[in-house]
Amino acid sequence: MALKIVKGSIDRMFDKNLQDLVRGIRNHKEEEAKYISTCIDEIKQELKQDNIAVKANAVCKLTYLQMLGYDVSWAAFNIVEVMSSSKFTYKRIGYLAASQCFHESTDVIMLTTNQIRKDLSSPNQYDTGVALTGLSCFVTPDLARDLANDIMTLMSHTKPYIRKKAVLIMYKVFLKYPESLRPAFPRLKEKLEDPDPGVQSAAVNVICELARRNPKNYLSLAPLFFKLMTSSTNNWVLIKIIKLFGALTPLEPRLGKKLIEPLTNLIHSTSAMSLLYECVNTVIAVLISLSSGMPNHSASIQLCVQKLRILIEDSDQNLKYLGLLAMSKILKTHPKSVQSHKDLILQCLDDKDESIRLRALDLLYGMVSKKNLMEIVKKLMLHVDKAEGTTYRDELLTKIIDICSQSNYQYITNFEWYISILVELTRLEGTRHGHLIASQMLDVAIRVKAIRGFAVAQMATLLDNAHLLTGNVQRKGICEVLYAAAWICGEFSEHLENPMQTLEAMLRPKVATLPGHIQAVYVQNAAKLFATVLKSGEGSADSTAAQEMMIERLPLFVQSANLEVQERASCILQLVKYIQKLQQKDVEIAEEVIALFAGELNPVAPKAQKKVPVPEGLDLDAWINEPPSESESEDEQPRAIFSKEEPKYSRPRHTEVDEKELAKRREVRKQEQASNPFYIKSSPSSQKVYQEGPGVEHIPVVQIDLTVPLKVPGLPMSDQYVKLEEERRQKDRADKKKKEKKKRKEKRGGGRGKKHDSGPESEEDITPAHMVDIVTEEMPENALPSDDDDKDPNDPHKALDIDLDKPLADNEKLPVRSHRAAEVLKSPTEDEDEPVVQSEETSVVAAPPTSTTSEVSDLDFWLSNAPVPSNAQEAAPVAADPVPEAASGAAPDSEPEEPKDTEAEETPMSNYCLLAENSYIKMMLEDADQVNDIQGNLQDGSQVVVSVIFENKCESFLKSMEFNVLDSLNSKLQRPEGSGAHDALSVPFQLPPGVSNEARFVFTMQSIVMPQKLKGTLTFIVKNEDSSTHEKLEFKLHFTCSSYLITTPCYSDAFAKLLESGDLKCSSVKLEGISMPFHHLLAKICFHHHFSVVERIDSCASMYSRSIQGHHVCLLVKTSEQTVSIDAKCDEPTLLGNVLDEIKQTFSQC
Amino acid sequence: MLLTFTDCKIRFLLLFSRQGKLRLQKWFTPMTEREKKKITRDMTTMVLSRQPRSCNFLHWKDLKIIYKRYASLYFCLAIENGENELIALEVIHRYVELLDKYFGNVCELDIIFNFEKAYFILDEFLMGGEIQETSKQMVNRSIEASDMLQEGDNSEWFELELFG
Repeated sequence: MALKIVKGSIDRMFDKNLQDLVRGIRNHKEEEAKYISTCIDEIKQELKQDNIAVKANAVCKLTYLQMLGYDVSWAAFNIVEVMSSSKFTYKRIGYLAASQCFHESTDVIMLTTNQIRKDLSSPNQYDTGVALTGLSCFVTPDLARDLANDIMTLMSHTKPYIRKKAVLIMYKVFLKYPESLRPAFPRLKEKLEDPDPGVQSAAVNVICELARRNPKNYLSLAPLFFKLMTSSTNNWVLIKIIKLFGALTPLEPRLGKKLIEPLTNLIHSTSAMSLLYECVNTVIAVLISLSSGMPNHSASIQLCVQKLRILIEDSDQNLKYLGLLAMSKILKTHPKSVQSHKDLILQCLDDKDESIRLRALDLLYGMVSKKNLMEIVKKLMLHVDKAEGTTYRDELLTKIIDICSQSNYQYITNFEWYISILVELTRLEGTRHGHLIASQMLDVAIRVKAIRGFAVAQMATLLDNAHLLTGNVQRKGICEVLYAAAWICGEFSEHLENPMQTLEAMLRPKVATLPGHIQAVYVQNAAKLFATVLKSGEGSADSTAAQEMMIERLPLFVQSANLEVQERASCILQLVKYIQKLQQKDVEIAEEVIALFAGELNPVAPKAQKKVPVPEGLDLDAWINEPPSESESEDEQPRAIFSKEEPKYSRPRHTEVDEKELAKRREVRKQEQASNPFYIKSSPSSQKVYQEGPGVEHIPVVQIDLTVPLKVPGLPMSDQYVKLEEERRQKDRADKKKKEKKKRKEKRGGGRGKKHDSGPESEEDITPAHMVDIVTEEMPENALPSDDDDKDPNDPHKALDIDLDKPLADNEKLPVRSHRAAEVLKSPTEDEDEPVVQSEETSVVAAPPTSTTSEVSDLDFWLSNAPVPSNAQEAAPVAADPVPEAASGAAPDSEPEEPKDTEAEETPMSNYCLLAENSYIKMMLEDADQVNDIQGNLQDGSQVVVSVIFENKCESFLKSMEFNVLDSLNSKLQRPEGSGAHDALSVPFQLPPGVSNEARFVFTMQSIVMPQKLKGTLTFIVKNEDSSTHEKLEFKLHFTCSSYLITTPCYSDAFAKLLESGDLKCSSVKLEGISMPFHHLLAKICFHHHFSVVERIDSCASMYSRSIQGHHVCLLVKTSEQTVSIDAKCDEPTLLGNVLDEIKQTFSQC
Repeated sequence: MLLTFTDCKIRFLLLFSRQGKLRLQKWFTPMTEREKKKITRDMTTMVLSRQPRSCNFLHWKDLKIIYKRYASLYFCLAIENGENELIALEVIHRYVELLDKYFGNVCELDIIFNFEKAYFILDEFLMGGEIQETSKQMVNRSIEASDMLQEGDNSEWFELELFG
């Protein structure tokens, strides 16, 4: 036996370890595959041995081979074996292999559940850690369900190392098993305040991820995150939180207002680029969601743009890129702020890095206006000439076209210029985008009627010089523009100056080398031209020449291999021959020929067909005939060149719409068209419109210069238009000024003239060069509005859209193995020391809504903390009021409370009240609220947290603020360890002028049955430019008994049991002259005194609250007319008495 | 299909050489081998074809790819669209620092021959696509502690195997 072991280990020593394998692979470069297959054979042998060390070594090698791309799924079971080794060394290897090789469909995963559970509860934290890490890679829905409870327990592990990992993996568990979210969430939330920064940051990570996917469920956490944001110094965590706020603000605009200030502070102060970038992005997002709700947000935008400019100017390519990226977000809402940095963005077009150039292009797209379009496009055209590499050049080309054509050619003031740009673009060598240019030419020529004459002239020149476009093999893509040129010349041939010349150009033999679909268009449009020539003078020399040319040249196309060309050509050839015959008989035929091509073409919207509503009673899915036995393969559709303009019409279907209905619809449609300014009726006056337009005389006739073959000669350079346009605008402006002067003079004669704002030229001032009508695309009548739902139904986060504020029902508990103690699962409302929910009933329906509402309203108050100035003044004397109140809580101080300060005088329902104020600083006290974790930990029940907002009211800088309170026997300010009992606490921030910030102070209370007053002082230094002075502010902190109560929901049956138990002392109070509605009264008690409504029947309500030390307080509130009677029960009579007094106080001030 | 699954902010980390040889791969969302291979191929060709002195960011499908070259190795990280690119760069840099600290002047060969160690370090730094520990000391400490544990295991094993 011993020999076998020794032999095994000697064998092992001769085995290859990982290093040997790697070395071997490197030495067998030529026959790697062969070498590896022998290695795999060896590994298979090793896996058969009993020795776990050998197996682990084999699995380790397999993990390496897996990375090289070899299939190792066959060894999945062996991996599980190694995972379950008791030795950490092997376990580690096993889990690593599993995390690399396992995926959801690996079936051995289901064998691992128990092993993983064992490892999770291992006494060795590294065993647990390794299991958690592995699990995070291959957790399946089954594993998540079975292990959710174990992992949740680990979130409270003693070692932060484990807590951190457990918190992080919880996110994966939620995704795989969404039911676990609600039961686990309270504990996760607790971890936001974990003492270990690593655990805290993990919890922030997970909650932020959850919240970003379903923000509305996490809105109530905003105050907590806000606090974290203002206190955290860890940039990684800050970035997470800031990102989260970016997701929350669209849901709660008030949050955005609150955020702007701390974010801009960070932007000013941080040196970390990543944080700066995140802040800028979030500020942009916030401002976008606020839209125009903020009065002075232009300053913030300006700040962002300014910082982004610095990024873009940086030599670091990454910052440049990100700057441009963020700039494009601002552009959408604040185009003006970005437009002023046009120079910088145009510079980026020269960058070596293509991705930066593309970003800059994207930006330019949004930056154009009527004013700068020509200039920007001119710059881009220069870049087109310079650009190396076809991809970037093509990108430029599409961008130019996108920029010009965006929002229905909104920014184009001169379409002649645009046509020239398109024509210039045809000079591009080797572009793929010929069809794009072509469709633009067609679109403009069809929709902008005024430009047709010019377009036709340009297209005619293009056709005349077609050889320049087709000469080169590389230029295949560009010849698509000839398609457009031929069609435009044919369709609008009435504008042609010399139709004969164009006809000749279209029938050249060289045309036969063009692609078939272009030839077909040539032939068809030659016929249109012919008709025009015929009309211009029947029997003239021109028309006979045209006839002869057609008869002579068309046979070439009749022989074409392309069916379409052949068919059209032979048809037209016959037609021309027939016309010739008729003409020989002296028959006037021109009118009839022209009638062949009569009619106006209007563009049709791309989605028009889709939007035709299905008539009632028509079932498109029903079979008209018997269904065929076999499905036929559909014919492939030929690629249409201008798919935009030609929607495919489906076969007309027989519908049961009667004639009357049709006639009615037609009538409605006509009326609609009549009132639509964009709809152009087919009027014969279209020619006149053009003749009135200027611009024809600008077409320069340039000498044909054959030495530069790539320039299409005889075409105007678009640059000229830029100049002309400038002159025209100047003239316009001058004209306008003159007119205005005149007007002013006239006005002055009449009386007072208004001052005219002669600022820079605004968008509206730029009048288009032509009176341009842009024809909108046609839509069918009764078009349905499109309602595209773009939500992805497969999004796993949909399952996590869970309301976390709802109390937990029993059936939502995580599955637990039976022998495990179930207490860890208890939700806050099911706490053990709460007799409330010990009843067995699972009354989900009866769950009190109060917890939700109170959270929501808390958020409301947090968000609306801005104090109303008038109230502050009113409250000011109260703080200065020298009430000789004994600060010692030990003395039984049962005299009725003096007028309760501030709180009740505030606008109803505000959480903050004025604490003290002088000319330098204002202190606002938040209604003391309790630090008490949700599970009601009684050990911490003696702590009260006071939030104080410090606001700098003066023009100077406030620093070195120190907060001190004179402790009483009963209540003490918690000071850091090592400091004396009377030392002041320094406030952890400084205040620039006008800024406010919040600090929290923790107090320890011995007894909470009595209200408390503590005297305190705030000392601070007021720093001016030249001097600094010490200042002091005195204040008095008032802890009411109500502030020791926590809003706790309670079920009615539990409430009844509590009352029955008989342990409670009774007391009651009557309030007279209360005129407010009952629900207001209840809301007031809930808000000011932290109660929750258990049940309400008509004018009677039961309410419940609990003190931080676990006292139950029950109220029965009844109202009749103006009298309210409150019967109360509590296990601590003094506390009860004080609470009732405070309630009385609240209402006496109404 | 799987790419539309928005599971975690970091989707994967790849290390490959200038020749396009994969040196380390970490997938934070489960994927089939075929998908992994395809993505790896796409990434290597895309990143290796970048011009020098370009920015370190790429857009690929619905992800942002952040890569950085250290000596002969490319580190390539895929993050979700809404994430911060600069933080991703910091993640890469932090990982390199951790490797450097562990191996002492790390080079490609260290990672080839000790690839499992490189994974262990990564597992202490990132988990489930999230940053697990932002402190370098903490990561180093837990790696050292695990290694100590492993050595304890090993010596024990040798004694047992050879003399037991």
